[in-house]
Amino acid sequence: MKKRGFSLLSHRAGALFLAPAAALVGVFVLLPFFWVIFVSFTNRTLLGKTALSPDFVGLGNYFALFDPATFFTRGQFGFSLILTTQFVLLSALVGQALLGLLLAWLMQTIPPALKRIVEAAVIAAWILPEVVIGFAWFAFLDYDHGTLNAILTGLGLPRGDFLLQQPFWVIVVFNTWRGAAFSMMLFNSAFSSIPPSYFQAADVAGASSWQKFRDIGLPLIRGHVVTDLILITMWTFNVFTPFVLTNGGPSYRTELLSIYNYRIAFREFEFGKGAAVGVIIMLINLAFALIYLSVGRRKAKAVEQ
Amino acid sequence: MRLSFGQLAARIGFSALAATIGILFALPLIWFIFAPFNARAELGVSIPDPWTLQNFLTVFGNGFAMRGLLNSLIQSVGGVILVAAAATLAAYALSRSSIPGKGLVTYVLLLFSSVVSGTAAMVPIFLIISSVGLMDTHIAVILVFAGGLLPTAMFILRDFIDGIPRTYEESAMVAGASPVQAFFDVALPVIRPGIVVVVVWAFVNIWGSFLIPFILLRSDDLMPSSVAIYSFYSEAGTPIVTLLAAYSLIYSLPVIVLYLFVSWKFGFRFFGGIKA
Repeated sequence: MKKRGFSLLSHRAGALFLAPAAALVGVFVLLPFFWVIFVSFTNRTLLGKTALSPDFVGLGNYFALFDPATFFTRGQFGFSLILTTQFVLLSALVGQALLGLLLAWLMQTIPPALKRIVEAAVIAAWILPEVVIGFAWFAFLDYDHGTLNAILTGLGLPRGDFLLQQPFWVIVVFNTWRGAAFSMMLFNSAFSSIPPSYFQAADVAGASSWQKFRDIGLPLIRGHVVTDLILITMWTFNVFTPFVLTNGGPSYRTELLSIYNYRIAFREFEFGKGAAVGVIIMLINLAFALIYLSVGRRKAKAVEQ
Repeated sequence: MRLSFGQLAARIGFSALAATIGILFALPLIWFIFAPFNARAELGVSIPDPWTLQNFLTVFGNGFAMRGLLNSLIQSVGGVILVAAAATLAAYALSRSSIPGKGLVTYVLLLFSSVVSGTAAMVPIFLIISSVGLMDTHIAVILVFAGGLLPTAMFILRDFIDGIPRTYEESAMVAGASPVQAFFDVALPVIRPGIVVVVVWAFVNIWGSFLIPFILLRSDDLMPSSVAIYSFYSEAGTPIVTLLAAYSLIYSLPVIVLYLFVSWKFGFRFFGGIKA
């Protein structure tokens, strides 16, 4: 950025303009980060003696979370951590990213009217309020009357009580469906920033759509793909929406880390332990955010040069 | 342009594939087109016979549900005003003043806004809100939303303001305007489209959000729609389908309207990049 001879706002006016945002972000973003670390070293609870004067327990909460005897048990920290990792891999990196990429590529060639309709359906899944979406899926998957089972019966396939039998795959498909729109739109705008002449030259050479995708489209949007993967990984890792569909159950089988954290802190009111879970989640977030920012910086540098 | 047979087949195949995916995406939502207008709606999709507005009348008569919509409106509008005002001022300062450490501020904000999010942030926020005695109030919900949405709102607006030439304000100041006048009378009208985007984005986010009010509120008469909707479950936990369907539609309406407004005014892309 170039330095200008004078700035439009004096330091004092600038500080004044910044003050409201700084106060809000300070109290509700920065302070919680440090507060949660502090609470994670205590045995604070909602009620009882430890609510008012919690004891310092050192790393006790962390040892409890990583206790090897129960680590992999359903409803425990390790189980949720592994479940969340699988959830992110399958629903974000495979589901959302691949489906988004496919949709964005299809959008380049299909008639505009169809494009608008398909986009509307995909985006509707993304913007409608989460409780509404949760109920829509609850109805969709219902064993007796649900649309899905009606279709399966129509096709001569066996019915399934998916929320009970395959709850993990339900939330994977659910999250793919819910979030594919973002990847689609990101890749869509990335594809449309490629000069059309590249594709026209390939057409003249008789290239197939797959060849154009592999040799022109994908290499040119590589940077966008990296951005997309990091962003959807971070969002999916923190997502709470599956809670409105499954409540974390049945028997903890869909209890993602965010839902586990909620249960420990706000159902069982063990704030100290809940805070320790929060700290671990935030550390993982921090790792992703640092990767994201370093990628962004490298890109910015490449643009400058 | 003439297409060879192969290209034509590929085009048709692509359209068919896109249409199929579109239908799969729409399937779970089709229910919402019919059930609200069916007095005997169940969890299955069925064409109403006859079509009726009875479900809506029952919802309108339900005080708690209506109160939920009002509460959603209070919290969304309050949050949006706070976010838009604070973000505009801050983004303008970051763009136009030469405060030392601007780059660092931006970097730290970006970092923390993505680190402190979701349930993990709710434990300390719950404790902070309860220690200042704001538990179970509208203002708590509004403040927490504002804090969470501000960093992203500031980036959107800073990008936008950086793209506006400084000469507008410079010429106003040459003509004798003070910096504050230059901001309010010259810069603000030019920034307005950016503010509209932030307003819509923040509104949709707060309106649809469930976790924050769910954790910070306890009284029935403060609950927004996202939580109040659970009043349409019977004691046994089974949903009263007809009312849920109608209420869901009413509750979703502002989001749908705003989406149509944004796509008409800015196209899809604008909405795309900015949902947190």
